[in-house]
Amino acid sequence: MLTIKNLHAGISEKEILKGFNLEVKAGEVHAIMGPNGSGKSTLSNVLAGKKEYEVTAGEVKFKGKDLLVMSPEDRAREGLFLAFQYPIEIPGVSNINFLKTAINEIRAYKKMQPIDAKDFLKLVKEKQALVELQVTLANRSVNEGFSGGEKKRNEIFQMAMLEPTLCILDETDSGLDIDALRIVANGVNKLRSKNRSFVVITHYQRLLDYIIPDFVHVMYDGRIVKSGAKELALELEKKGYDWVKEKLAVGSGQ
Amino acid sequence: MADKNEILEEHISSEYKYGWSSDIKMDSAPKGLSEDIVRFISKKKNEPAWMLEWRLKAYRHWLTMKEPHDWAHLEYPKINYQDIIFYAAPKQKKELASLDEVDPELLKTFEKLGISLEEQKRLSGVQSTIAVDAVIDSVSVKTTFKETLSEKGIIFCSFSEAVQEHSELIKKYMGSVVPYTDNYFAALNSAVFTDGSFCYIPKGVRCPMELSTYFRINTAGTGQFERTLIIADEGAYVSYLEGCTAPQRDENQLHAAVVEIVAHKNGEVKYSTVQNWYPGDKEGKGGIYNFVTKRGICLEANSKISWTQVETGSAITWKYPSVILKGDNSIGEFYSVAVTNNHQQADTGTKMIHIGKNTRSTIVSKGISAGVSNNSYRGLVRVSKGATNARNHSQCDSLLIGSTCGAHTFPYIEIKDKSAIVEHEATTSKIGEDQIFYCNQRGIETEKAVSLIVNGYCKEVLNQLPMEFAVEAQKLLAVSLEGSVG
Ligand SMILES: Nc1ncnc2c1ncn2[C@@H]1O[C@H](COP(=O)(O)OP(=O)(O)OP(=O)(O)O)[C@@H](O)[C@H]1O
Ligand SMILES: [Mg+2]
Repeated sequence: MLTIKNLHAGISEKEILKGFNLEVKAGEVHAIMGPNGSGKSTLSNVLAGKKEYEVTAGEVKFKGKDLLVMSPEDRAREGLFLAFQYPIEIPGVSNINFLKTAINEIRAYKKMQPIDAKDFLKLVKEKQALVELQVTLANRSVNEGFSGGEKKRNEIFQMAMLEPTLCILDETDSGLDIDALRIVANGVNKLRSKNRSFVVITHYQRLLDYIIPDFVHVMYDGRIVKSGAKELALELEKKGYDWVKEKLAVGSGQ
Repeated sequence: MADKNEILEEHISSEYKYGWSSDIKMDSAPKGLSEDIVRFISKKKNEPAWMLEWRLKAYRHWLTMKEPHDWAHLEYPKINYQDIIFYAAPKQKKELASLDEVDPELLKTFEKLGISLEEQKRLSGVQSTIAVDAVIDSVSVKTTFKETLSEKGIIFCSFSEAVQEHSELIKKYMGSVVPYTDNYFAALNSAVFTDGSFCYIPKGVRCPMELSTYFRINTAGTGQFERTLIIADEGAYVSYLEGCTAPQRDENQLHAAVVEIVAHKNGEVKYSTVQNWYPGDKEGKGGIYNFVTKRGICLEANSKISWTQVETGSAITWKYPSVILKGDNSIGEFYSVAVTNNHQQADTGTKMIHIGKNTRSTIVSKGISAGVSNNSYRGLVRVSKGATNARNHSQCDSLLIGSTCGAHTFPYIEIKDKSAIVEHEATTSKIGEDQIFYCNQRGIETEKAVSLIVNGYCKEVLNQLPMEFAVEAQKLLAVSLEGSVG
């Protein structure tokens, strides 16, 4: 599904990703944890194709294709979805219109006819239920005036609507109350399938109680410094990142 | 309700869609302007003596005036009035018994514009019916639904016909809101106006359909000088739509219209325009100079006038639809979207003149500039002495696309009565890279993202338009901004 090899990327001369490697197979869930500023959001933005970031070395293969040469919209149309850490507001554009436009753009890319109005409404209803999104929110302008938690839930609603193959969730859990966390996690679990993979970026083990990952990675200073099974998250929760940093220092003989 | 966003799914070509010209046999005046030309026009139209007198007075007054070049935020060369054709009409018999008698080329012209002059076609449609007055160059060629309307006592006809058939109303109201002395272009229009629409809604009548006029400049080198006069008598209501297009030509063409609206006691007029005159090419060559005077008066108590405009075309737009709030408790509204791209210039806004007591006005202006264009909002809110408890709320937003365009806001506020409450809000924003990236990440390409964001930004104004017009307006916004984001 996704293969990242020796990825180096940064912004205005500053290198942020420093040799990042990751292999995500179809159906897998990978969790990425790591201290603030370690480059997690940068990784998501680079994968999604944000212009400001410059890739200086390495390669990324998505479903066998070279991801880095594709435009951001083509990456999305190929099935890459990013749930933003800070979702953007688009005043005056209703969620529904926004999603309909997006779905039809994706369909056009796949040489499919625009979605039938009835089918679209059915889809909206179904996915709304999945993330228990209030009907009024679906009709309101994209993220405008949404609370922090509502924005996050809306990201998952969009994800459910667009049916991507690779979902990157950048701290979708932060800002969610306890109930919302459970609802969002349940929504994600229902979307899990053998053809769909997830990269879940989080600071809290709590989320991983609900979304059980196949792998947990620790990111530090622009690369993965430790990988393990789901138990690694528990260990991190107990010991904090210093533990990893110390080990790293020892391991590299500094 | 149909999905207004649907149109964004349609393929839209980036060239000016209405840029063709039709090969219709025309009957024109020689180039230039003089008293003889004014007489020529009046004679062509078989006008009564009083009408010619009025024109001549206006013409003589115009001669004493100077073309305005100083106050608006616009740049244009001095116009050579001797190089303009002031009258051009399709050659056809005067009275048309049926559509079969209309020049087939002419019918094709309107078909291309998407306007049906066949009543049956419209009647059988699911959507609300619209009565259409079609004006090509100087004359009205066809007004539909006249009979249906006349049953209710509604008069909807070409201005020329009104001069002949309803001279009392014309004499009473013409120039009562925009006198010929008002400004340079209004004086010019008063001297040489050729045609336009006239609507009169009698006491207590709610006009059952939208009334609309389509203006098209076809002949090269012609100016278009139409006059529109709309009157809502006591308790009457009408919604009026105006649409404009012109062929693509290298030279600049002049359009100087006058629109007057009168609302009597409890009367209401809703006036919507989608202006799409040819804006010139990417290098700024050609395009229409659109110098228009539009003004309404809420003459008596509880009357209401509302202007909604979507301005996407013209090389230069100079236009300030205004409302004089004379009657107590009267209401004036102005909703505007003005888009400028490439080398277009727009200086537009409104004037709300509060005279009566408890009068209210609302101004919502959305400017969008792209390319190397210039977009200015110029508005005046005046509260006269004795206009107690006047209220105004103005919201003027500017949206910039790219960094080579300009947006300017000139709000003038004059308050002579202490009880007035006048609020003015202004914002300037740029379409954010983050917004575009967010759309991209959902599979929406940049061009579509821009049009989505712009339509969202204009929603408050677009919502004021009748459905069919709103759809057209959205299409136009998308077309006029194509290629504006790299
Ligand atoms: N646009 C930018 N301009 C300058 N520096 C940036 C930019 N984006 C990221 N950085 C820097 O790169 C580093 C990594 O940032 P990033 O947002 O990827 O971290 P993160 O791991 O997602 O952190 P958090 O857990 O706080 O979300 C930080 O030092 C940040 O300041
Ligand atoms: Mg982050």
